[in-house]
Amino acid sequence: MEARSAPPPALALHDVSKRYGRRWALARLSYSLPQGRSLLLTGHNGSGKTTLLRLVATALSPTHGRVEVRGNDCVTQRDVVRREVALLSHASFLYEDLTAHQNLVVLARLLGMDAPADVAGELLVKVGLTKRSDSPVRQFSAGMRKRLAIARLLMKAPAVALLDEPFGELDPAGIEAMEKIIRELKDSGVTVVLATHLIEQGMALCEERLHLQEGRAVAA
Amino acid sequence: MRGARPISLLKTVGVLLAKDLLIEWRTRARLNALIFFALATLLLFSFAVGPDTKVLARNAGGYLWLALLFASVLALGESFRVEQENLTLDGLRLAPADARAIFLSKAMGNALLLMLLGALLIPVMVALYGVTVTMGLGSFAATVTLGCMAISAPGTVYSAIASNARARDVLLPLLLFPLIIPALLAAAKATSLVLQGDPMNQLGSWYGLLIGFNLIYWGLGFLLFPRVIED
Repeated sequence: MEARSAPPPALALHDVSKRYGRRWALARLSYSLPQGRSLLLTGHNGSGKTTLLRLVATALSPTHGRVEVRGNDCVTQRDVVRREVALLSHASFLYEDLTAHQNLVVLARLLGMDAPADVAGELLVKVGLTKRSDSPVRQFSAGMRKRLAIARLLMKAPAVALLDEPFGELDPAGIEAMEKIIRELKDSGVTVVLATHLIEQGMALCEERLHLQEGRAVAA
Repeated sequence: MRGARPISLLKTVGVLLAKDLLIEWRTRARLNALIFFALATLLLFSFAVGPDTKVLARNAGGYLWLALLFASVLALGESFRVEQENLTLDGLRLAPADARAIFLSKAMGNALLLMLLGALLIPVMVALYGVTVTMGLGSFAATVTLGCMAISAPGTVYSAIASNARARDVLLPLLLFPLIIPALLAAAKATSLVLQGDPMNQLGSWYGLLIGFNLIYWGLGFLLFPRVIED
């Protein structure tokens, strides 16, 4: 009888390096995150956290090495990975001249959802932006943009959620709501990769930790 | 999320084109500025040449296409500036939206904008330069459509390339203008024939050149755009 093979890791880095011009943002990084576990990424500004998240999200390609998400290569199987991963980034990916609702409807249509307007409405309720759903994003505060960006991430229903500084620009209520959303993601089986400077909050949410220093993994 | 499934390339083009047109509509001040810029260019040609209506009428086609070309640089640059703000182009790529659909929607949006501009400039040109449309508005519409499409396809690719450069405002015309010369020449010649008549039946060959140019650059854009916008 054939032995059942183990599921591929949620995230696997094989000797990954990324160079911008002459500067190495990541240098020979190897790591594996099993499915069902969540990862806290820590490190000072410029240590490579954002670059790593953008590599996993396929927004960037590695200079050397290989990045895999659930067994799929982030370069050669880019489209497969993009359907499994969602990124909450420093940039919100939002159109300033569209309303909150229109921004979500555009994404819902791209994802081929059955009732884009309804899905957008439900997510606006979830992130507490119902009252401002018809306001252009240009009029939003930084915290409101972050909430809308989270709604965008939730719409994708990803297998792996990449969260780059999710607590930044949020008020205490917003931080609490974000923690709740992250817990719900984890409970629903989503692998969360979280980069934050708020280490205590991050440790409470993640089982694994990877500390970066000048693009290399070091002991925290 | 409920009902999510990959959509076809054409449907993606439709969603993205609708999004771009909605943004254009919500930022009408930008569109108005473009129209006034093109009108001012037409007007300036008439001032520069002077009151000689024969010269103005003879070169009207060239002036129209120069006004459209200059305005196109603003329109093309703006179409990717919108996608630079908040890195929305990354948002589209990661959604994931097919890069070829992004090209087609942007190029079609830019072509539509230029056609609208062309339609607004024609009556002004007729009034300013004292020309008459000898061959009918159908031929004029065909010329404007083919010419605008010919500017739009390479312009969209170069606009995407230039959008990441520091000197993007200079880089786009620097890349686009030399490449567009055959199409500009064909569009200007075809416009002159539509205005002044075509006793030698030359219009078809200029249309042929424009159609060939469009086939090549829409095809190249479709094939190469994924390499342009991916890391």
